[in-house]
Amino acid sequence: MAILTSRRIVKRFGGLVAVSDFDLDVQERSIHSVIGPNGAGKTTFFNCVTGFYRPEGGEIALDGHMLVGLRPDRITRLGISRTYQNIRLFANMTALENIQVGEDPHLRAGIIGAIFRTRSVRKEEQETLEEARRLLRFVGLAGLGDLLAKNLPYGSQRRLEIARALAGKPKLLLLDEPTAGMNTQETSAMTAFIRRLRDELGITILLIEHDMRVVMGISETVTVLDYGEKIAEGPPSEIQKNPRVIEAYLGRGSAARMN
Amino acid sequence: MTTQRSSPFDTALRQGAVAGGVAVLLSLMGMVEAFSERDIVLGAISMGMLLIVGIMVIFGSSAARALPENRAGVRLGASALAGVVGEMFLVGLVILGQQTNLRGVFPNASPVLWELLRFGLSAPVAYLAMLGFGAGCGVLGGGLALLSQRFRGPVIVGVMAVVMIGLLEDLIGITIASNPLFATSPAVETANQFFLAQGVESGLTEAGAVVVFLVASTLAYLWPSLRSGARSRTQVLPAGRRAILPLVIYGVFVAFLLILPNFLGPYLTDVSNLVMIFTLMALGLNIVVGFAGLLDLGYVAFFAIGAYTMGVLTTTAVGGEAGQIVWGPGFSFWVALPFAVLLSLLAGVLLGIPVLRMRGDYLAIVTLGFGEIVRILALSDALKSNVGGSQGIVEPAVPSLGRLTAALPSQHVYYYLLLACVALVIFIAIRLRDSRQGRSWMAVREDEDVAQAVGVRLVSTKLLAFAAGAAMAGLAGAVFASKVGSIYPHSFDLLKSINVLAIVIVGGMGSIPGVILGALVLFGLPEILREFSEYRYFVFGALLVAMMLTRPEGLWPSSKRKQELHEGFGPEADPPPEGVAAPSGAGSA
Repeated sequence: MAILTSRRIVKRFGGLVAVSDFDLDVQERSIHSVIGPNGAGKTTFFNCVTGFYRPEGGEIALDGHMLVGLRPDRITRLGISRTYQNIRLFANMTALENIQVGEDPHLRAGIIGAIFRTRSVRKEEQETLEEARRLLRFVGLAGLGDLLAKNLPYGSQRRLEIARALAGKPKLLLLDEPTAGMNTQETSAMTAFIRRLRDELGITILLIEHDMRVVMGISETVTVLDYGEKIAEGPPSEIQKNPRVIEAYLGRGSAARMN
Repeated sequence: MTTQRSSPFDTALRQGAVAGGVAVLLSLMGMVEAFSERDIVLGAISMGMLLIVGIMVIFGSSAARALPENRAGVRLGASALAGVVGEMFLVGLVILGQQTNLRGVFPNASPVLWELLRFGLSAPVAYLAMLGFGAGCGVLGGGLALLSQRFRGPVIVGVMAVVMIGLLEDLIGITIASNPLFATSPAVETANQFFLAQGVESGLTEAGAVVVFLVASTLAYLWPSLRSGARSRTQVLPAGRRAILPLVIYGVFVAFLLILPNFLGPYLTDVSNLVMIFTLMALGLNIVVGFAGLLDLGYVAFFAIGAYTMGVLTTTAVGGEAGQIVWGPGFSFWVALPFAVLLSLLAGVLLGIPVLRMRGDYLAIVTLGFGEIVRILALSDALKSNVGGSQGIVEPAVPSLGRLTAALPSQHVYYYLLLACVALVIFIAIRLRDSRQGRSWMAVREDEDVAQAVGVRLVSTKLLAFAAGAAMAGLAGAVFASKVGSIYPHSFDLLKSINVLAIVIVGGMGSIPGVILGALVLFGLPEILREFSEYRYFVFGALLVAMMLTRPEGLWPSSKRKQELHEGFGPEADPPPEGVAAPSGAGSA
């Protein structure tokens, strides 16, 4: 069953059509990759799904809820979390605080409760902290909770960003180039970690990735975008052989030579 | 600070030239002459001389610090040279000033000033003495730079203590003399004569200065070991008694604050009240700017709304005659106070709604406009019959609690009222900061888009920051109106917004103790040094620039901001290799 569906999504910037009539079905509990050359419209599509951009046309639905036109915080509360291509942590907050902010959609404490620090608010704060510690352990950063996010090493920052996204208890997690800037060893660790997210937590993963070993290794379905349009979709093995994909990545000549 | 080292000679020349420039500037502005009226140490060092000494010492010290650490002789030489160069500027100024008449351009370039700068000596000897004096001050600064941290801190603390007590001598004298507890005691009288200059003179006696310096620097020197000693001693206490300890400390502190006005006397109590009013405002603005990162330049508007609400609701000068407003219910202070807070809070929300989408500079401009609108409305003819226009509102109610307050002088009533308000506001600010709300504010300050994307409701988060800040300013305004006894539009100009912002920045953004310290430094000190008030905003501005250059995190930064500005690598810096131990939160030590 598809958890996320998009139909005929169009996003323009001035005269440039960044995403054009894009249809996508992401199956529940799958790992689905969106690939394509730089500027193909992948991140733009992510931004349409999460409410950063409002598409000019088309529909996006999560479990039957229409997403177009909703504010980003509403969409997050419906069950979509994301990470960013260039890490966007709350740099001057501690790692734990970053995760705690991510838990916000599930908190009930009001301002009066916060001032009087009622029993229920104290309990909630305690649980929030414990959940944040648990997530920190889950992403392998146990003990680093009190460091400022910006003082963490690069790879740990990526993990922290995922922990923050998980704190929202998402059904669908959007990862924008999770292995960018990582070496081979870190990349394979991250790949295994993403698989664990799906297998252990049952979260559907939609990911943008440039590293083909990652994409071909973990995806069930791969969608290829070029100039804002879908040019291919299918299991990795098919995509690897698809001439249009090879052409988009390597140019017309190379596609011809490979045939 | 700079990584590239230049030659000692160049360094000395550069630092000396800056020192000379600053010294000439302060002399021509008349600060040296005006400040010479006050002695810090009776007959030895005046405050004006201290300015010159301070400049030469500071730049002598920075000359030494700019040079490699292993060459002590060269560093000292450079700092001496810097001092000499600095004084050369002054020598040049004196010679020039005596040859030509500079007074057309610089009214302060008077013979008295030349006399002061020459130490009262005559021509050739005087110039040599000045250069020697510069060298001496420079070496002093260089020596300070060479000292290890362990000794430098205490020396600086000792000097600061002498300067502070020397400056405040007449107030201390008056306070002691006017206090019935002390005035009759012969021991106090003897001590007073030993330490403090008497009568028209100001400052400490020489013996007094030495004692103050020794006591302060010894305390500062022993402080770390005293503290750790106390800590290890409390560690062995049983858990139950250890838990009581902070309560005892708080109790003593509160008791001290409660009896304080009895020692301060009416004038200093009044100054404390003013400082507390500004503290209230600054604590509110700290939520808006420090916690949530929303730059508000029209903050005084909420202060005005609180003050005017108090005025309209409680004034007895009603009836529409000259100097009266048309309508007013004549409430008591206590009835009007919640209205004032509530109305300011509402105004905060109302301002917040249209500016929700604005950020940074744009937000600053809109709030600036809002502040001016409120002031101009108060001044306008349209509302003249309601809020009094330029004639303002007189006779707002005073806080009274029957017999309880009747026995107290009015300054004390306001002191206790404001103390309670400040305590309440600090409590609320801390609770909010440490809650889900505080985290949301911080997240919005860090990255508004991402905060929203992880589920923070931007609208309520921002509005709450505005509302909380506005309510605190409204509270301050209401008490201010009652304390001053009249409300005029000119009390609510842009400068007040900027002053409060300066408190927050100088004290340390987001830091609650910092804000209190900032209010003390920026509004307590100037009130005490009233005779120099014409230089107030110059010092204010110079202090802001110096702070931003050398200590951008503020006087008493929140532990987190200290980390932000002085350690760690920003996200744009090269990522450190995995496995390298990340710097721990050493900033909190």
